[in-house]
Amino acid sequence: MQSPGALEISRRDLLVASAATVTVAGAPSLGHSQTNIPEASTGTNVSFTVNGERLELELDNRTTLLDALREHLHLTGTKKGCDHGQCGACTVLVDGRRINACLTLAVMHEGGSITTIEGLGQPGNLHPMQAAFVEHDGFQCGYCTPGQICSSVAMLEEIRANIPSHVTGDLTAPAEITAAEIRERMSGNICRCGAYSNIVEAITEVAGRKT
Amino acid sequence: MRFDTPATTNPIDQLKFVGQPIHRIDGPLKTAGKAVYAYEWHDPNTPYAYGYIVGSAIAKGRIRSIDVTAAKSAPGVLAVVTADGVGELKKGKYNTAKLFGGAEVQHYHQAIAVVVAETFEEARAAASLVKVDYAEEKGVFDLAAARDTAVKPEDGEPDSAAGDFHAAFETAPVKLDQTYTTPDQSHAMMEPHASIAAWSGDELTVWTSSQMIDWWRTDLATTLGIDKEKVHIMSPFIGGGFGVKLFLRADAVLAALAAREAKRPVKVALPRPFLMNNTTHRPATIQRIRIGAGRDGRITAIAHESWSGDLPGGGPEVAVQQTRLLYAGENRMTAMRLATLDLPEGNAMRAPGEAPGMMALEIAIDEMAERLGLDPVEFRIINDTQVDPEKPERPFSHRDLVGCLRTGTERFGWKDRSKRPGSRRDGDWLVGMGVASAFRNNLVVPSGARVRLDRGGVVTVETDMTDIGTGSYTIIAQTAAEMLGVPVDNVAVSLGDSRFPVSSGSGGQFGGNSSTAGVYAACVKLREAVAQKLGFNNADDVIFADGEVRSGDRRITLAEAAGDEGLAAEDRIEFGKLTETHQQSTFGAHFVEVGVDVATGEARLRRMLAVCAAGRILNPITARSQVIGAMTMGVGAALSEELVVDKARGFFVNHDLAAYEVPVHADIPHQEVIFLDETDPMSSPMKAKGIAELGLCGVAAAVANAIYNATGVRVRDYPITLDKLINGLPELS
Amino acid sequence: MRAFSYERASSIEAAAKAAASTDGAKFIAGGTNLLDLMKLEIETPTHLIDVNGLGLDRIEPTPEGGLRIGALVRNTDLAADERIRRDYGLLSRALLAGASGQLRNRATTAGNLLQRTRCPYFYDTNQPCNKRQPGSGCAAIAGFSRQLGVVGVSDACIATHPGDMAVAMRALDAVVETIGADGTTRSIPIADFHRLPGETPEIEHVLERGELITAVVLPKPMGGKHIYRKVRDRASYAFALVSVGAIVQPDGTGRIAVGGIAPKPWRDEAAEKELPRGAKAASTRLLADARPTEQNAFKITLVERMLSAVLAEARG
Repeated sequence: MQSPGALEISRRDLLVASAATVTVAGAPSLGHSQTNIPEASTGTNVSFTVNGERLELELDNRTTLLDALREHLHLTGTKKGCDHGQCGACTVLVDGRRINACLTLAVMHEGGSITTIEGLGQPGNLHPMQAAFVEHDGFQCGYCTPGQICSSVAMLEEIRANIPSHVTGDLTAPAEITAAEIRERMSGNICRCGAYSNIVEAITEVAGRKT
Repeated sequence: MRFDTPATTNPIDQLKFVGQPIHRIDGPLKTAGKAVYAYEWHDPNTPYAYGYIVGSAIAKGRIRSIDVTAAKSAPGVLAVVTADGVGELKKGKYNTAKLFGGAEVQHYHQAIAVVVAETFEEARAAASLVKVDYAEEKGVFDLAAARDTAVKPEDGEPDSAAGDFHAAFETAPVKLDQTYTTPDQSHAMMEPHASIAAWSGDELTVWTSSQMIDWWRTDLATTLGIDKEKVHIMSPFIGGGFGVKLFLRADAVLAALAAREAKRPVKVALPRPFLMNNTTHRPATIQRIRIGAGRDGRITAIAHESWSGDLPGGGPEVAVQQTRLLYAGENRMTAMRLATLDLPEGNAMRAPGEAPGMMALEIAIDEMAERLGLDPVEFRIINDTQVDPEKPERPFSHRDLVGCLRTGTERFGWKDRSKRPGSRRDGDWLVGMGVASAFRNNLVVPSGARVRLDRGGVVTVETDMTDIGTGSYTIIAQTAAEMLGVPVDNVAVSLGDSRFPVSSGSGGQFGGNSSTAGVYAACVKLREAVAQKLGFNNADDVIFADGEVRSGDRRITLAEAAGDEGLAAEDRIEFGKLTETHQQSTFGAHFVEVGVDVATGEARLRRMLAVCAAGRILNPITARSQVIGAMTMGVGAALSEELVVDKARGFFVNHDLAAYEVPVHADIPHQEVIFLDETDPMSSPMKAKGIAELGLCGVAAAVANAIYNATGVRVRDYPITLDKLINGLPELS
Repeated sequence: MRAFSYERASSIEAAAKAAASTDGAKFIAGGTNLLDLMKLEIETPTHLIDVNGLGLDRIEPTPEGGLRIGALVRNTDLAADERIRRDYGLLSRALLAGASGQLRNRATTAGNLLQRTRCPYFYDTNQPCNKRQPGSGCAAIAGFSRQLGVVGVSDACIATHPGDMAVAMRALDAVVETIGADGTTRSIPIADFHRLPGETPEIEHVLERGELITAVVLPKPMGGKHIYRKVRDRASYAFALVSVGAIVQPDGTGRIAVGGIAPKPWRDEAAEKELPRGAKAASTRLLADARPTEQNAFKITLVERMLSAVLAEARG
């Protein structure tokens, strides 16, 4: 049992704290040692890449990608807010696209490439979007935050790839980065603390355009 | 430290760190996914097991029997603990409904069993194999139908009066008598309740998601029948609470019982579709408001009555609270009545009382202003009061409601509001503006902290205070930095651990001011210890700055002063009679502009402004975030949020995040917040007050008033959904 | 979620065959609704056949001048396809009005047609629901029915088809192509694809056991103004109270399909004939057989006003 030690938060300690956390999370077990698959047929081997690291897992077929990340790989930056595709806290990038990790089975991602919040950046080496969220206070409790950040990174790519949205005026014109577009496209990420106004400012800054 | 005289000049007034826009010190951890929440504590050498909750399928009745045979023999199952199996457990002090134990079912989805298995998937599958035989009983679920059975609650102050309301109202030249309703609402925080429990002999450690560490510790010990000293609670990060994590919840109790039964550490999270009926909610209200005024706009009579319901032993939603204090008027009365309902437990949600109370009162004020032919801002200003109107000998400690209204009027462009409802159009949108006062009482709660100084000059603060997104980590670091003259980077903050001094915790917008005041007290003690150790006997000339302590011409670094052994001090702020001699409240004004689709009645926010007068703002970044978040919650309350009661079956039907619609990004425009520059020396040495709940109070009414201004349709039943507007919209060509 | 075995299908034919020969088998594609329902044990397959790798993810021209949309084309890709945006704007608009960016990246064309109702009583296994548990009753009719159907409903069930895409497909007269367990293919007009509940609300479409949707075919472009209007309580990420898909020609004739009011996308060619006479005439005809509850009667007014707004937009 991990001794229930004090968790000190300070800027000064960030590097120390993050290093310590990485030691725990960075030792991916190959399958949960306690996984008890009742019959061979209800478990499946799957291999995929997570944050650049190739992993092989033997999983109960029922295991969602979200639970594989959180409970088997201990990458708990990806959050479980609803487990039913209703909140977006579990947003990860699979083969470059944002999806809800709660509504997909891990075994369906054979050969896939998965990026989680831990793969975007780390304390001391934050991704520009992570840094912009800190700068604009685009979060409060922090629980929807990794999902918001993963979603926003992929969302900007979707606009660059000229994927339209519900608020796009002319479907045949190139998609634009506006506040209205960002709001609509980010609506699959609920923030009950209500940091939306700040999140839009953080994303706008990263997008490199004032709107 | 006892705080019983108004604060004078103190080191906080330097404002080198306090009051500065300092980014959250926990920001990098949160944005990088490295902040560890309750369910995420992980030790590679620990064989965690998973618990999955079974909830009651009926709203009221008894459990005849629970058959766990199939569940127990399911793959991976380690243990099944049932409510009728553990017998009666003692109920915690702060809960109304029992969290677990016994054969009685008090509400839908009340926990009646937990299944423990090797994996989450196995526990979830086996939970559905638990078979329960119920004896269902008839319940009461409809507040409107039960209104006449409501009684005067025994506790608190259900009624108040001054002057002769009835006589004054009878003779008032201009009158309003209206009834408003607010629905049951859900906190819907993003992190579901979750706990990991581990026993070591007779000692229990629980990693959980709690706003109030000591309340949880106390009530968990009570429930389990063990000594409080044997219980250790850890909750350093909390994924939102808004009141639903104030009180011990089923996940912690079940994890503890399951871990004891399975002889393994057990993780339990409440599944989202189970949360809204299993936990607490903001109770629905029916509110009748009567206002009488002279033609000059002065209120002569005001009455506010509220009806709400709860389980036996519960309390009322104190929705009349603000009406006792917000506006002048010699003749007044308030009353609250409580019906017994067999719905899940009603309890505190962000700004209990004022949030639903202001939803009603501030529409009534808008309606009254219209009857008087007055601008609603002016009507509010005319009826400002600097004293408690029920007890005129009792002044407010500081009150600048008028400043908020005037500042907002100017900054929002209020003069452009069309006085005639339904007359402003922008394409397919009917456009309107609305205003409401914001009001929430300021509470102060005793709070302790320990402060350590090490030989590196690093200051460490330890308190069981929690950070539920409010920014506690950051403002506590700022406070210690200010008091001890070190940069914020040299302060480490440890929160949410029951081994630390008991704090105010997070709730009732008391946490920011109270917990930093506790840190202030501990820092004063540490300063004294440093001075004493160094032989600086003239306390008046001792200065802590730039990592040094100075007295006269002597300067010594804090690191040196600490020495190898370091220094530590602990203290607790306690509040005297200032809250009795003076009324402490926080004030604001909300201005909104809405568009209502002329064809469909869809209402959408276009602009929002809040102006707040709430004492010293400890950190304008985190304070602003609290306010915009509250404004967002207010938009949900205005337009979409309602736990729908099935009045026959006795439960909240829309019990997930798809069906209970909280605002999404697309609902929220850019939001502006202005803080009036002020301090309140009566509140604490920090001269700060609460802000987090103030931001919610009045928002929904401002939206309602704006919708009226846009459409001419007055809706008095929240939420204001399009079906309530559509029959009043203009004919289409 | 009950335990199940899992296979990655090797071919379309093998997938259909396996589904027909394995008790309790289901196809899984995007999984965004199926897994949601499996977690609640509303769906309890014992075997899942993953059809994601079968190459059904292309959009190709048909000899008739239309487009054949592979069953596995993701909602995002379909909405973003240049040909769809140019010639079938209604379909793009409907897709983009649905769910969230994340869900659209996973959800597929075929799966979207097959998604199940969001009636809250269907979603709560403690409650009676004739669709989930035939014969158990309907708690929604006398309960919370604000979101539910007003037309095409029965005494057994008032649930709605929750989709947006299907509304557009209905207006476009799309055709669903399938392959059966024995390898035979068939083409099912979208109008005939979904079934009304009657006494058997558990049967929602005409697919047979093992039958796999391979494509949805759009006829050649029909021009006109394409409009999709979706009304909901919050501004995004919510199911429709009412949605209207319309293709309006310059002469005022056109096609109208309505979502959120019925167990299937609701379209009535007789009502479309009334379009030149205006919204009121068309909606009166469209909803002639409506039997709303007290809570959802507003949908009748809403449909008429939306139709009026849509026709104004088309003229505009």
